Amino acid sequence: METNKITVTYKKSRFSKFLTAITWVAAAISMVVLVFLVLFVLIQGVGNFSPDLFALEYTSDNGSLMPALFNTVFMVILSLIIAAPLGIFAAIFLVEYSSSTNKFITVIRMTAETLSGIPSIVYGLFGMLFFSSALHWGYSMLSGAFTMAIMILPLIMRTSEEALMAVPDSYREGSFGLGAGKLRTIFRIILPSAVPGILSGVILGIGRVVGETAALMFTAGTVADYAGFLDSGRTLALHMYVLSNEGLHMDKAYATAVILMVLVLGINALSGLVAKKLTKG
Amino acid sequence: MDKITVENMNLHYGDFHALKNVNLNMGEKEITAFIGPSGCGKSTLLKSLNRMNDLVPGCKIDGKICLDGEDIYDKKMDVNRLRKRVGMVFQKPNPFPMSIYDNIAYGPRTHGVRNKAKLDEIVERSLRQAAIWDEVKDRLKKSALGISGGQQQRLCIARALAVEPEVLLMDEPTSALDPISTSKIEDLAIELKKDYTIVIVTHNMQQAARIADKTAFFLLGQMIEYGNTEKMFSMPEDPRTEDYITGRFG
Amino acid sequence: MRKQYDEELENLHNLLVEMGNLCQEAIFMAAHILQEENPSKEAVDEKEKAIDKKEREIEQLCMHLILRQQPVASDLRRIGAALKMITDMERIGDQAADIADLSRFISGKEKQGESEGHLWEMAQATVKMVTDSVTSFVNNDYELALQVMKSDDTVDTLFEKIKKDIIDMIRTQQVEAEGSLDLLMAAKYFERIGDHAVNIAEWVEYSITGGHENKED
Repeated sequence: METNKITVTYKKSRFSKFLTAITWVAAAISMVVLVFLVLFVLIQGVGNFSPDLFALEYTSDNGSLMPALFNTVFMVILSLIIAAPLGIFAAIFLVEYSSSTNKFITVIRMTAETLSGIPSIVYGLFGMLFFSSALHWGYSMLSGAFTMAIMILPLIMRTSEEALMAVPDSYREGSFGLGAGKLRTIFRIILPSAVPGILSGVILGIGRVVGETAALMFTAGTVADYAGFLDSGRTLALHMYVLSNEGLHMDKAYATAVILMVLVLGINALSGLVAKKLTKG
Repeated sequence: MDKITVENMNLHYGDFHALKNVNLNMGEKEITAFIGPSGCGKSTLLKSLNRMNDLVPGCKIDGKICLDGEDIYDKKMDVNRLRKRVGMVFQKPNPFPMSIYDNIAYGPRTHGVRNKAKLDEIVERSLRQAAIWDEVKDRLKKSALGISGGQQQRLCIARALAVEPEVLLMDEPTSALDPISTSKIEDLAIELKKDYTIVIVTHNMQQAARIADKTAFFLLGQMIEYGNTEKMFSMPEDPRTEDYITGRFG
Repeated sequence: MRKQYDEELENLHNLLVEMGNLCQEAIFMAAHILQEENPSKEAVDEKEKAIDKKEREIEQLCMHLILRQQPVASDLRRIGAALKMITDMERIGDQAADIADLSRFISGKEKQGESEGHLWEMAQATVKMVTDSVTSFVNNDYELALQVMKSDDTVDTLFEKIKKDIIDMIRTQQVEAEGSLDLLMAAKYFERIGDHAVNIAEWVEYSITGGHENKED
């Protein structure tokens, strides 16, 4: 009887009804915004798909996105090759090899946090001055990739760190208790358990690279052609920016947006799949 | 025969004097139980027997702990080899997030066994020894996280046995288990006593009475009394022991 | 599960059977001595000592079981019953020794006078009761235990008969009054042995039912 009473008052409370309503409204708004955005891009974009868009060579007439698509994938791979190992190993060092009370470690953590808060245009400026000018790499994929790597490094590091810290200490104890050394414990037990978390960091990193325009404009340039390491090349986001900036191919800009969205979705799905594969067993 | 001897051992965590001048000999192929209230240092002592305390920052040990007469805190002692000889089972079952087979094979692989047939044999033998073979033999390739808590704990015992240790340390191995699983683990401990030296920390005095040959009672970092379990539970020498085991403590 | 525990309980049963056997032997020996011309009671004394030793042994095993295995429910009742039973069995041993001791004061005449052989019958009846009560414990046989409680009447009847016999013998002045009294005492001891067997059966009942429903006061 007693508990019954409590549930009844809980249900009847106006305040809790109000709170419930607020949570529903908040959830609904974010849903609506997302759906609206996706629908808007799709409606504006899908209708504008044309063979021109996927022509292998870009001309100012067809506004093809193929070179940009290639450059995007290239840029993502390049920056991940630089940033992912660095970020993950830095995280391993922070979590597994250093004591949490160390001053040095606190400084590293603060630095990483600050880095991830800096606007991307600042990275662009730095990349231009350092990689393009000082190292004479000019507008190139390499300059762009290094700049991107610096930008996503703190992100990957922080998420990997969180993922490693989330691995229960009991796994470490269990492994050490069997006479396994530190390296073996990290590579056989801890990393496999942390893979999903690390991957989510990597995915966020990919998202930032794919969506970046400002920093890349200063470092990778806007040449709409298939780029090598030291060539300038535009990514999809940049392609979109240029198209809409010129104002000549707004239709193609929307179509590109659709492709960009699909690309990001595809990458997310793929990483999810990889994570599942790696942690199976 | 004494397998492990502890002489004038003191342990500090930073400023905290966790174990005070402990002297204790643990017999070969016997079950020795450590009992006492929470925070009395019994788990700490257990963990220092295979140097798991090395992982705790600020932990300092003086005195001597010998395994077969060999000082385990000697600079020449290889900690990984020590932990192979002195296995450990933890309070909460902690199987690795991998298959049952891989869980058991992890230890032997760590110590260099690569041969598939040999690994198969070790896995079966260890699981049989831990009395869990029949329950898992059809799902060796399935995740170890999918079996019950009691089974997981026996799996962890099997995992510890797979590296052929001489001593098995058990840190409250049944505190997270239901009574039936507890009973199975206790039976297993008595069975394993034939081949292994077992040291068990338990909150449960009745458990010590059921399975231990010798029992040591700890209080506030001191070892108050140590002797035959039957003697301690029928005629304890120290009034503090009597108060504790009769539940009139404090 | 609890293999060791079960083994120890089995061991307890075996020890109880052994103690029961010792009691039977002691009773038979005492009965024999009563019928002999020049009796020697050393053998019975030895049995009595063996019974005392067995009692200690079982006592220790029970304490060990209580301490180590913390028995509950039927196990607790059985071990508790065993602890009480051995006290009765030890008394049976004492009484057998007492009977053997008395036989020194009973002359051949009185022994022959007890021609009906009622005493021998009593010995047999009590031995059967002791055997049955221990068996009923080991086999958890409630029916048999009840039977033991009932057969106490047989022993009591026999005792009454012997009493009458002795009164008759004294009246007809066949025998000395003193020896006759000792003979009566011996018979009384047999009757007591029967009572102890009933006590044992009552503890069997307790171990099975958890109560003493058939207790006669």
